[in-house]
Amino acid sequence: MPLPRLIPCLDVAGGRVVKGVRFRELRDVGDPVELGAAYSEAGADELVFLDVAATVEARGSAVEVAARVAERVSIPFTVGGGIRSVADATAVLEAGADKVGVNSAALARPALIEELAEVLGSQAVVVAIDTEGGRVRSHAATRDAARDVVEWARECEARGAGELLVTSIDRDGTRSGYDLELLARLRDAVSLPVIASGGAGCAEHVAAALQVAEAALLASILHENPARLVSLREELRDLGVPLRDAA
Amino acid sequence: MTRSPGLEPRPLRAAIAAYGAGNVRSVELALRRLGAETELVHEPAPLLDADLAVLPGVGSAASALAGLRERGLDEALRERAAAGRPILGICLGLQLALEETEEDGGVEGLGLAPGRAVRLREGRVPRIGWAPVHWAGPEPGGEAYWFAHSYAPETPAATATSEGIVAAVEAGPFLGVQFHPEKSGAAGLRFLRAVLERCLSRA
Repeated sequence: MPLPRLIPCLDVAGGRVVKGVRFRELRDVGDPVELGAAYSEAGADELVFLDVAATVEARGSAVEVAARVAERVSIPFTVGGGIRSVADATAVLEAGADKVGVNSAALARPALIEELAEVLGSQAVVVAIDTEGGRVRSHAATRDAARDVVEWARECEARGAGELLVTSIDRDGTRSGYDLELLARLRDAVSLPVIASGGAGCAEHVAAALQVAEAALLASILHENPARLVSLREELRDLGVPLRDAA
Repeated sequence: MTRSPGLEPRPLRAAIAAYGAGNVRSVELALRRLGAETELVHEPAPLLDADLAVLPGVGSAASALAGLRERGLDEALRERAAAGRPILGICLGLQLALEETEEDGGVEGLGLAPGRAVRLREGRVPRIGWAPVHWAGPEPGGEAYWFAHSYAPETPAATATSEGIVAAVEAGPFLGVQFHPEKSGAAGLRFLRAVLERCLSRA
């Protein structure tokens, strides 16, 4: 297997990086390109930019953010939020992104996953799954999608998804640890790479997640502070996690 | 920031095949960071003229090959290879350059290098992430590069492996890599710089 990955996640709204607890109470914490470049320098394995205020206007700004990020960083990055069609996804990839993330749009119309995989290749299609109590939630976790998380994960794989980004709403922003039981169930249910998200509070949490998932999404644990990524990588190495030498 | 790769007296001219299947933007940006002049090409002539032709590629093999044929770029690449002029294939670009790929029910490739692309059968697929690459020869390397693929070459022309999977293929003027140097940070730029320097030393 490739090396375990650390993926700083930048929630973007209106072209700025924002952070909220349990998907609410958004506050401005910086410029996505500057922060992304700083994380890249600090040893990030890839980056995720999620537009959490995705509207029709925001889609244009996602393409612009992708283009600006590509000029500054030479590691892979994913853009998600507001992508509802192959045309939306192609625009983001042509701007220099490597993958697109889809969530509510895929729940509303699952065939979107097949369309994206056919044109872009599975490796470019990340399906983000927000889950609470074993159920899937949509629209920034505000609605019940009336689906079981394991069944939806299997359907995503069958339709051609390349990776699953699984966020535990129960844990998001709480720093109480990733939902390891959920991650283990998904690992057994699909053969896709799984990116763990939601709940990281310390290096031990991340190390535990990387035992059951291929990658860990890092948000509030980093405090929008690239220096924290440097120290976290050192702590993980001390815990025996074989991270890439990014020099 | 990035050191100049020493491409004097003139910048190397790289033609990047643009055929509707590839993250050409990242390849373009990476080569420019290294001081090369880049051109996105949609027709045969500029692909033949450049110091280096780059065949990028993501997506599915059948539609990518159709895109190449539509633009006459398949013939231009064969002509370039026959003339001994350097070509760099990246990811799907490497797989398309083989004799065939089993993707999309089996598709005939460009035949720039021997072998075929086969579906990965072990581990999580797609194989996505950073993985160390070991080269045949005196400098085995071990640096990690970015991979994102579901198929990989089976070939007698392998020059590097990653976790037992073919990571690089060389056949005459053709060099193909399964990883994405343009997305592999500092290690990727070092690899691309070496490719550019080798092109100039041949020129």
